[in-house]
Amino acid sequence: MSQAAMTSELFNKTITELAALLEAKTITSVQLTEAVIARTQDVEERVKAFNSFDTADALSQAAASDARRAAGQALGPLDGIPIGIKDVIAVTGQPLTASSKMLANFVSPYDATVTQKLKKAGAVIWGRLNLDEFAMGSSTENSAFHTTRNPYNLDCVPGGSSGGSAAALAAGEAIATLGSDTGGSIRQPAALCNVVGLKPTYGLVSRFGLIAFASSLDQIGPFNRTVEDAAITLQAIAGYDENDSTSVKIEIPDYRAALKEKKGPWRIGIPKEYFGEGLDPEVAAAVEKAIEFYKSIGCEIKSVSLPHTEYGVGVYYIIATAECSSNLSRYDGIRYGHRSANAKDIVDLYYKSRAEGFGPEVKRRIILGTYVLSSGYYDAYYLRAQKVRTLIRQDFLNAYNEVDAIITPTTPTPAFKRGAKADPLAMYLCDVYTIGVNLAGLPGMSVPCGFSSGGLPIGMQLIGQPFKEADLLAIANAYDSAHDWSKRTPNL
Amino acid sequence: MKYEAVIGLEVHVQIKTKSKMFTRVAAGYGHPSNTLTDPVVLALPGVLPVMNKAAIDAIIKAGLLLGCDIAPICKWDRKNYFYPDSPKNYQISQFDQPICLNGSVEIELPGAARNIQGEHKSIALTRIHLEEDVGKLNHEAFDSLVDYNRAGTPLMEIVSEPVIKSAEEAYAYLTSLRATMIYGGISDCDMEKGQLRCDANISIRPVGETKLGTKVELKNLNSISYVRDGIAHEIQRQLAVTQAGGTIVQETRDYDGEAGVSQSLRSKEMAHDYRYFPDPDLMPVKVDAAWKARIQAECPELPFAKQTRFQTDYALPYTLTSVLVWDRALADYFEEAAKLAGSGKAQAVGNWIVNDLQRELGVAKIDLTDSRIRPAHIAELVKLIDAGTLLSNAAKEVFIDMAATGETPSAIVAKKGLAAVPTDSTELEGWCREAIAANAKSVAEFKAGKESAINGLKGPIMKASKGKANPKLVDETLRRCLAVF
Repeated sequence: MSQAAMTSELFNKTITELAALLEAKTITSVQLTEAVIARTQDVEERVKAFNSFDTADALSQAAASDARRAAGQALGPLDGIPIGIKDVIAVTGQPLTASSKMLANFVSPYDATVTQKLKKAGAVIWGRLNLDEFAMGSSTENSAFHTTRNPYNLDCVPGGSSGGSAAALAAGEAIATLGSDTGGSIRQPAALCNVVGLKPTYGLVSRFGLIAFASSLDQIGPFNRTVEDAAITLQAIAGYDENDSTSVKIEIPDYRAALKEKKGPWRIGIPKEYFGEGLDPEVAAAVEKAIEFYKSIGCEIKSVSLPHTEYGVGVYYIIATAECSSNLSRYDGIRYGHRSANAKDIVDLYYKSRAEGFGPEVKRRIILGTYVLSSGYYDAYYLRAQKVRTLIRQDFLNAYNEVDAIITPTTPTPAFKRGAKADPLAMYLCDVYTIGVNLAGLPGMSVPCGFSSGGLPIGMQLIGQPFKEADLLAIANAYDSAHDWSKRTPNL
Repeated sequence: MKYEAVIGLEVHVQIKTKSKMFTRVAAGYGHPSNTLTDPVVLALPGVLPVMNKAAIDAIIKAGLLLGCDIAPICKWDRKNYFYPDSPKNYQISQFDQPICLNGSVEIELPGAARNIQGEHKSIALTRIHLEEDVGKLNHEAFDSLVDYNRAGTPLMEIVSEPVIKSAEEAYAYLTSLRATMIYGGISDCDMEKGQLRCDANISIRPVGETKLGTKVELKNLNSISYVRDGIAHEIQRQLAVTQAGGTIVQETRDYDGEAGVSQSLRSKEMAHDYRYFPDPDLMPVKVDAAWKARIQAECPELPFAKQTRFQTDYALPYTLTSVLVWDRALADYFEEAAKLAGSGKAQAVGNWIVNDLQRELGVAKIDLTDSRIRPAHIAELVKLIDAGTLLSNAAKEVFIDMAATGETPSAIVAKKGLAAVPTDSTELEGWCREAIAANAKSVAEFKAGKESAINGLKGPIMKASKGKANPKLVDETLRRCLAVF
């Protein structure tokens, strides 16, 4: 392969492939980063995945990586790999906007724990990726700045809220990205953009430095081109953090080694509640074909029941909005962020700064959350929702008495057209299959499993047991390594 | 109609920890504005709280000292309201599962006289919970500036039952509570630094009525005396309103201690809905028996228990104990000195400490720990007096020298020749009488008014004592003998 031909394709390679090229000194991190920058400059006008990027900063990180490697001090498979970061995760000296006018000019003075960990692994922190404002939405249409496009069809949405993270990876504008998932915000856009998206077990990855939407549901996770890349990225970011009281002290296994060590056969559960009304037939067919694959490699396929599934969306929109109404109180125009220029007094300052700084979906959720926590309504809404949440988790744990993992569609339909879901409720139903995993605190992945007749990607969701990401990744890898869906790239 | 007052107190006590309640940045007072901050204190996007275990230790200790039930599990709740001194616009607090429940504060009411012990009462507590303090607003001519140094300092809220009957009881309650916190090393309770703050809920009702009257909350009571004065003022105000045929309005009033007046801050209609809910960023706290036992072992004896013990074990009078026991360092100092002095000498030790030592500290404007007089010095001094080696005037001189030099009493006695030798006063009196009998001329001259004639008598006495008699003592004894001669 000629040097030119090879570098021209670098931006579409996997971490595994690039790590080998870097280690063999066939390429440098600066070359790789330059290739990603060039690709970004080429396609970004169409994809609009980024809120901002800092090429000089990325190249200096890349040069540092090359220097490490030259000195024989390379840090591992992520050393020198450009990784894009959703614009809700703090990076020192870089903007942190949550795609909101409220934080349009905010620059973070500190690193999120995951940012620190990626830096320690040698990754090149690359760009601030677009999202639905404060991670509230399923299409990135709620970004205050611009809507990200689906690289497979620019008229379609990439999903959300981590739409920028999924689209940038699919378009070759990064080698891996980080997103956050509160009700499906990693898995849904991963499915819509033909990439692997992993939401870890609640508590596996530190939330410190992640702008909170709903604290009891939020988790940071990676977007990757393959399940193996997901294992590598998760390895770097997982683990107890003394700055996050909800992170859990457990041994972190070698996820990449687990892909080879754990061979199955597994017992796979199919919940009938996830294959009913509203599921697009092409999506259903693709997922059923994937289930057939598992059967073909000796897995036991069992029907399981998750009877409280139907309450998931309702419970989610009570708990998530209640928590967000409180989490977003800090954006008041006093210490940082947007401050209205026209305020008469302190109360007026709050009203006007927040009215001007927040978009309609954020306001809608703050109002809903404030209402469900109000005196006299707390028991009927928030407390009740928490009880149902416990039942939803129990459904999954009951199912795991019989199966090792559960397979469902990630989304009811492939990517939809921009502007197609103007009704907030219709948008909320995009997450109908992903919400339960957050409510139950479980790990969930979306893995590419086909394309629609219209050429749009389809993803299946694999749901694992708490803190058993090693098993979940192994199960996902069995499928992913035997198929080439994730190797397809969009025609941009 | 006769009325009675019903008062409940909400006391906020800052816990003395190195770092803040939910982050590592230092807690403190008097630093330049906004220097005790970090991303967590400032509630920057993405930060998370992490509990300071030392603050939990301290509140458990407070609870154990006050006889509270320590909850096996407590949790953190968010109290949501907007105000610029609150960086997150919610305060992390404890709503329905506080760490301490029940318990009581023992108080002593004023006695019939200063030297007579007053009646003791137990004021029941509802709860003690832990939360984080807010920042401070400084209002300038055109702006209000906010200083977040105080924000996030661990803060206990100690809530009494509405069982306090008078301003005097409230005063006694705060005095006792404050001493308990200081004794436990939980807080320095300096009200000027805002380390102890008190709000009072006050209502009146006809005597015999069991239903509570409409309550008024009194805020900004900046000293224990202002608490007493403010409550007394508010009771009188409510009585005046009621007796004029008016009704008490539920409201929050601000008491101006200097002017002795109060004014309405806000009425009930503007009361907040705090939308409490469990903080999803923090885990509930489990306090097991081992944790409680560890803190119990650190719990000191409290002032009233100490007072009883001092009265029994050391036979100290009330007046001495009522000074000694309210200052833990002073009480410890006393006990150390009393033990070194040996039995039967505790009251003398107490007198030296309460009278001479305290005065000495006051004059020198120093703390007990800075004094050069150590408990061993006091003990030795008392022993020398008890043995007759030192008479009272000489002892005072020794004391002043000790304060200046830190030397031991015996060293000072030797240095200054203050020892009363012979120790047997009968012997000295014998020598005096012999000298008087043998020197009739000198006696007659002295009696006639010639002061210097006494020296003619001292010579033979000093000779008889082989020069070891304390000249001062000789002078005193000789004059006494001359007077009755």
